[in-house]
Amino acid sequence: MIKKILIILSASLLASAVSAAGAEVHLDKMKPDSHDNISLQEGLRTYMDNCAGCHSLGFARYNRVARDLDIPESLFMDNIVFAEDAKFGDLMKFSMTEQDGKKWFGAAPPDLTNVTRVRGVDWVYTYLRSFYKDDSRPYGVNNSVFKDVGMPHVLLGLQGLCSEKPHTATGQEIDPLTGHEITHESCANYAVEGSQTTDEFNKTVYDLVNFLNYMGEPYQNDRRRLGWFVFAFLTILLVPSILLQRELHKDIH
Amino acid sequence: MTQSGVNQGRRRFLYIATGAVGAVGAVGVATPFVKSWFPSEKAKAVGAPVSLDIGNLKVGEMVIAEWRGKPVFVVRRTAEMIEALKSAKLKERLTDPNSDVEQQPEFAKNDTRSLSEELLVVEGVCTHLGCSPKFVPEVEPQAYDANWQGGFFCPCHGSRFDLSGRVFAGVPAPSNLKVPPHRVDGNILTIGEVA
Amino acid sequence: MSNKNFKPAWLDWIDRRLPVSNAYEKHMSKYYAPKNFNWWYVFGLLAMIVFVNQLLTGIWLTMSYVPSAAEAFNSVEYIMRDVDMGWLLRYMHSTGASFFFLTVYLHMFRGVLYGSYQKPRELIWVFGMFVYLIMMAEGFMGYVLPWGQTSYWGAQVIISLFGAIPVIGEGLQEWIRGDFLISGITLNRFFALHVIALPLVLALLVVMHVLALHEVGSNNPDGIDIKKHVDDKGVPLDAVPFHPYFTVGKLPQVVLFLFVFCGVIFFMPEGGGYFLEHPNFEMANALKTPAHIAPTWYYGAFYSILRAIDFPIFFIEAKLGGFMAMGGAIAILFVLPWLDRSPVRSWRYKGWMSKFAIIIFAIAFAMLTYLGGQPVTALNGILAKIGTVIYFAFFLLMPWYTKYEKTKPVPERVPE
Repeated sequence: MIKKILIILSASLLASAVSAAGAEVHLDKMKPDSHDNISLQEGLRTYMDNCAGCHSLGFARYNRVARDLDIPESLFMDNIVFAEDAKFGDLMKFSMTEQDGKKWFGAAPPDLTNVTRVRGVDWVYTYLRSFYKDDSRPYGVNNSVFKDVGMPHVLLGLQGLCSEKPHTATGQEIDPLTGHEITHESCANYAVEGSQTTDEFNKTVYDLVNFLNYMGEPYQNDRRRLGWFVFAFLTILLVPSILLQRELHKDIH
Repeated sequence: MTQSGVNQGRRRFLYIATGAVGAVGAVGVATPFVKSWFPSEKAKAVGAPVSLDIGNLKVGEMVIAEWRGKPVFVVRRTAEMIEALKSAKLKERLTDPNSDVEQQPEFAKNDTRSLSEELLVVEGVCTHLGCSPKFVPEVEPQAYDANWQGGFFCPCHGSRFDLSGRVFAGVPAPSNLKVPPHRVDGNILTIGEVA
Repeated sequence: MSNKNFKPAWLDWIDRRLPVSNAYEKHMSKYYAPKNFNWWYVFGLLAMIVFVNQLLTGIWLTMSYVPSAAEAFNSVEYIMRDVDMGWLLRYMHSTGASFFFLTVYLHMFRGVLYGSYQKPRELIWVFGMFVYLIMMAEGFMGYVLPWGQTSYWGAQVIISLFGAIPVIGEGLQEWIRGDFLISGITLNRFFALHVIALPLVLALLVVMHVLALHEVGSNNPDGIDIKKHVDDKGVPLDAVPFHPYFTVGKLPQVVLFLFVFCGVIFFMPEGGGYFLEHPNFEMANALKTPAHIAPTWYYGAFYSILRAIDFPIFFIEAKLGGFMAMGGAIAILFVLPWLDRSPVRSWRYKGWMSKFAIIIFAIAFAMLTYLGGQPVTALNGILAKIGTVIYFAFFLLMPWYTKYEKTKPVPERVPE
């Protein structure tokens, strides 16, 4: 018994999740939904419109994205793919050469296929919504999640531009009158107004990050589905194996 | 080796039952290993159909396309060439004049071995040992054939094919040149898929 | 005594040329194992299953992986995305690596609990320690292969440890790298070692380990010598044949293990960032150091011990001191059979000092493992030092507390 307690003790010591060791910036939570194809399609749209000019998705293929997101080939090739000579089976590499990128932005814009696996969805979600006006920077913007980032605020047209560093709450706030959670409007006031409201923009970015999360692991739905089958099989296997063990155990003693 | 008090029947049944379920599991485990050997997405993308514009291909000329790593000869044949392909005298000299062996899609089972009489689309891979035959369209005696009516000549071991890619009798190559699946939309020839 | 067992003719043909049936009897159907094996005794079998998993999935990964600096990372993405079910093979391999260490740690701990390393089983323990050592090298090199940020910078940190060795340190680093910096040359040789050399050595060591075990027979949770009481055929009274009782008979435990193993593979393959570390999804960049370089969790304890020595000891500077402490922590495991002076094997019959020592050793090891993945802070530093002291004290004081404590009498026969 002591041994069992020992193991649980040491296991829980390990498992005692020390989340985000010393995160100075509070990250908003974003729960991806890999089954929401509409959201993924919106995200794809936003990505191709705003991001693909600089950021490749060089490990992904067009045909797979179209298949997973339920978009017919002709529609996909006509509306999504803008490279003249791109074929349906090609990798989604969009060309900005390394040198140009370094010259224009200080560092070549990284490939984003795996960005959510490196940074986590919460980080990317918060980052995209945390730009603010900063005239000391080359492109006039800075970011409260990624200090002195070289990227311009590409989604400015949608969000607008916050005039100062967005307010990062360290926890959820409850409205004392209604008892409901306050959706936090992180920006105090806008130097430039965008075309979307805060809620609309949050949804746009949600879809975009949802899409990027899909990009990081396109086969995740298959993975989980297979997992359930494996569990079901193992449960079935457990039955005769336990019966057999019991039968054999009769021999002992 | 019986032990008293042991229900051998039950024991055997349980062994078989466990074994059977375990065997299903083994098949499951083997699946990713077997599946991973099939052509990957990259292989399929590289091996995808190839399109080319043949609008500028003049009559009597050949252009070489590449599909799945193989050269594909695309020839726009003249009226004389087409007529010659139907001659009985020519067909007597061929191994498989009616294209009975499955070296072409159904629509190419004819004298011109093609969709339309004019356009020949054939893999430039000799059916002997894989060399690339030369295009010799001129109707004039050759060292390897006094009665040459135009066609393809393979320099490696001397196999000869007519202007439909049909193989002559008495050469090392056993069968006609392969016609890949293909389709034509206007001026665009797509090799690798039918309509 | 001849058995009237029917042997098929083909088997007889083989047996006259290769002793297959004899080997089967000696190691399976007539290898007698104690009947009081408990759950701690399943981890050797589980470790072997995971080893087979690593070999098979490893071979299959090698079919698509490209060991060059330019292509390694891309080839792993290729496996994950373009190769049919390649993602599953990769996850099986990466999860398997962690589970290999997990099962081996528990397997080793069983040895500590029941004194399985005591005479006459010292050699089994030593072979096992070599298995562990090779596993550590194998795991380290395997992790470099995907050529992500953690691959590269982890290699950088570990190889630079060798630079601490006086006189030969610098040259040694260059020799290991084969280059002036970690490059495709380093990657290529690690690939060769990881795929061919070390697996061969590992397989050989495991065979030696099992043969040495079968020569003397298994220990048991009570540490009783079962060979003292045998029947008229020489079979120990308190034993049962290994096969089928501990092969087929262990199937439910294997299935439960598979639940956990597959649970990780299919539902959390990154292992919360511990099995597949997040920075490794970014290609290696020699000009950009990640904010947080942590070794994979299974090296955590030794990494903690390394970092705990952040002060000079006499004329030995901290870097070398840490390296020596880390090396010493691994080396001391090898001599455990000679440190334990207890007249009894199993902790069930040892005195309270041994029991206490084992418990806090386990806790300290777990804590050190955890700390290995954390950044250095004031508190972490203190805890790591405490853990290091406990770790070494467990071994260094053992000759004293095992010899002088009061033990309980060990029964002659396995208790019912």
